Amino acid sequence: MLLEDKDRIFRNIYGLHDSGLKGAMSRGSWDGTKFFIDKGHDWIISEVKTSGLRGRGGAGFPTGLKWSFMPKADARPSYLVINADESEPGSCKDREIMRNDPHLLIEGALLAGFAMRAHTSYIYIRGEFIRERERLQRAIDEAYAAKLIGKNNIHGWDFDLYVSHGAGAYICGEETALLESLEGKKGQPRLKPPFPANVGLYGAPTTINNVESIAVVGDILRRGGHWFAALGLPNNTGTKLFQISGHVNRPCVVEEEMGIPVRQLIDEHCGGVRGGWSNLLAIIPGGSSMPLIPADLCQDLTMDFDSLTKLKSGLGTAAIIVLDKSADVVKAIARIAYFYKHESCGQCTPCREGTGWMWRVLDRMSRGEAEKSEIDKLFDVSKQIEGHTICALGDAAAWPVQGLIRHFRPEIEARIDAYQAAHRQAAE
Amino acid sequence: MAVRRLSSDQPRDFAFTPENLAWAKETIAKFPEGKQASAIIPLLWRAQEQAGGWLPEPALRHVADMLGVAYIRAYEVATFYTMFQLSPVGAKAHVQVCGTTPCMLRGAEELIDVCKRRIAEHPHELSEDGNFSWEEVECLGCCANAPVVQIWKDTYEDLTPESLDKVLGAFARGTPPKTGSQIGRKTSSPEGAPTALTDPTLYDGSKLGAWRARFPELQGSDATPAPAAEKPKG
Repeated sequence: MLLEDKDRIFRNIYGLHDSGLKGAMSRGSWDGTKFFIDKGHDWIISEVKTSGLRGRGGAGFPTGLKWSFMPKADARPSYLVINADESEPGSCKDREIMRNDPHLLIEGALLAGFAMRAHTSYIYIRGEFIRERERLQRAIDEAYAAKLIGKNNIHGWDFDLYVSHGAGAYICGEETALLESLEGKKGQPRLKPPFPANVGLYGAPTTINNVESIAVVGDILRRGGHWFAALGLPNNTGTKLFQISGHVNRPCVVEEEMGIPVRQLIDEHCGGVRGGWSNLLAIIPGGSSMPLIPADLCQDLTMDFDSLTKLKSGLGTAAIIVLDKSADVVKAIARIAYFYKHESCGQCTPCREGTGWMWRVLDRMSRGEAEKSEIDKLFDVSKQIEGHTICALGDAAAWPVQGLIRHFRPEIEARIDAYQAAHRQAAE
Repeated sequence: MAVRRLSSDQPRDFAFTPENLAWAKETIAKFPEGKQASAIIPLLWRAQEQAGGWLPEPALRHVADMLGVAYIRAYEVATFYTMFQLSPVGAKAHVQVCGTTPCMLRGAEELIDVCKRRIAEHPHELSEDGNFSWEEVECLGCCANAPVVQIWKDTYEDLTPESLDKVLGAFARGTPPKTGSQIGRKTSSPEGAPTALTDPTLYDGSKLGAWRARFPELQGSDATPAPAAEKPKG
């Protein structure tokens, strides 16, 4: 069963309708907001906890629980920072929310800000999303003009919402790098603890949430945490924006229930794998950092946090990159390794040096120009990067390489054999 | 990490135009007192736009002075963030081709070939007439519309070598083409017949107020209308 239209939160995700305030209100945004705020901080947090919503930025931490870490009384101001730095290769959902349904995000920001007692919120949007930033700012201006947010707004909770932006650095999607960037510095992650809920933006209590996590809050309150929790699978509840790219007939972004079988998702919404299901080689299920899953494990695979973790991969941002049998899988992963080499912030030695090292070796391996013993060496080096850096970029760079070796070692070996055979012939 | 150095050929000075100066002051005011350094990326970005798509060194000092930060902090930011162009770019178009895996799988390498053929052999190298330059960039975040290029503020999506050729031809003529998908689909909806969001009741307002049904305190009383300000305006 596919998700029914009546249960979709993102009703203008393709921008077919008016993205402005009037259009958003006709689709249900800002409906009942005042009533929910009057129910109180704790009621909102409790509804979000009931919904089972897990963060949509990749890590899947329970959103309601995260909000409850914010101090209830503190001399410092509290901040809600919304992470719109969507940069994980494969991910392209927050872009659609911000340009087509921005009021869902703005209303969610007010509700979340109120729940965690924040009067100020910043949306940090990646630098490349220039038109999205303009569209979002227009919607915020509309919300100010209609007194939905701002000082002395009709909801009775003073709330300022500002848009700031980056300038092309993947690392700023890491929450503490984002804070550094927002403070006007290079985006180099901070050591934790202290966690942002205690010492965040400008040293004040801060919660950082993904765009999608915030944008679903309004509808969760309107329809109830139980409604959201009834969708999807236990511990993996609700709806989710899936993004399918690569070798499918009709790549797209689509909202579906968590736990949808990947084959159904691809067949129903994307017109199938190019050349048919039997032509599938592998999928990268959650954005480039998640280890790939070969076709034979995809047959009954459901798209949710827990079942992908069981396969030593992850849901991440639910960005599925599909590779058919025409794809050069070693080269595809080598290009991902290049991405992480390019995006390493340079702060921790294992990542700064290791990402470049892994890319150079993989680049050779993609041509077969390597020794078989280097495969184990590569795996070993990836394990020395993983878990030995301040932030998770080191892990993100190591996992896809490990996934490749785990599932496609014979392919790498065959290439090495072919290369060596060709060069033996040449030498003779 | 990428090696990024300031160009050796720099203009003598830089100052914001009055309009950009006014905009900069508004931007600084978004941040708390004493935290004006937060505005550095937006201000440098505006400086880059004013300077014709690249960030000259005097602009770094100008912005650093405005924000009261040391010059080295502005240098750090300019060299860390790869959207800051440290040398001049094409006057008509600087083409940023996404080369990351989702775009690569759908033909980004052929797009780079088009750039090499039409513009210049190497990234960041100006075409002979100075009108074009190109570079390979990392994921632009439009993966369901791969492959893509970004030129100035817009993306051109679902490209083929032929359609990129047309896009670049249009920039050369000074008539930039339609932005977004070049195969005519709307944003990231699947090409062809829609597979979702076809129920008209999502859009006719008939679901408004339905949330009230789940709150007992709102039942049986007509005395609690929706606050007037919450009704659609216009």
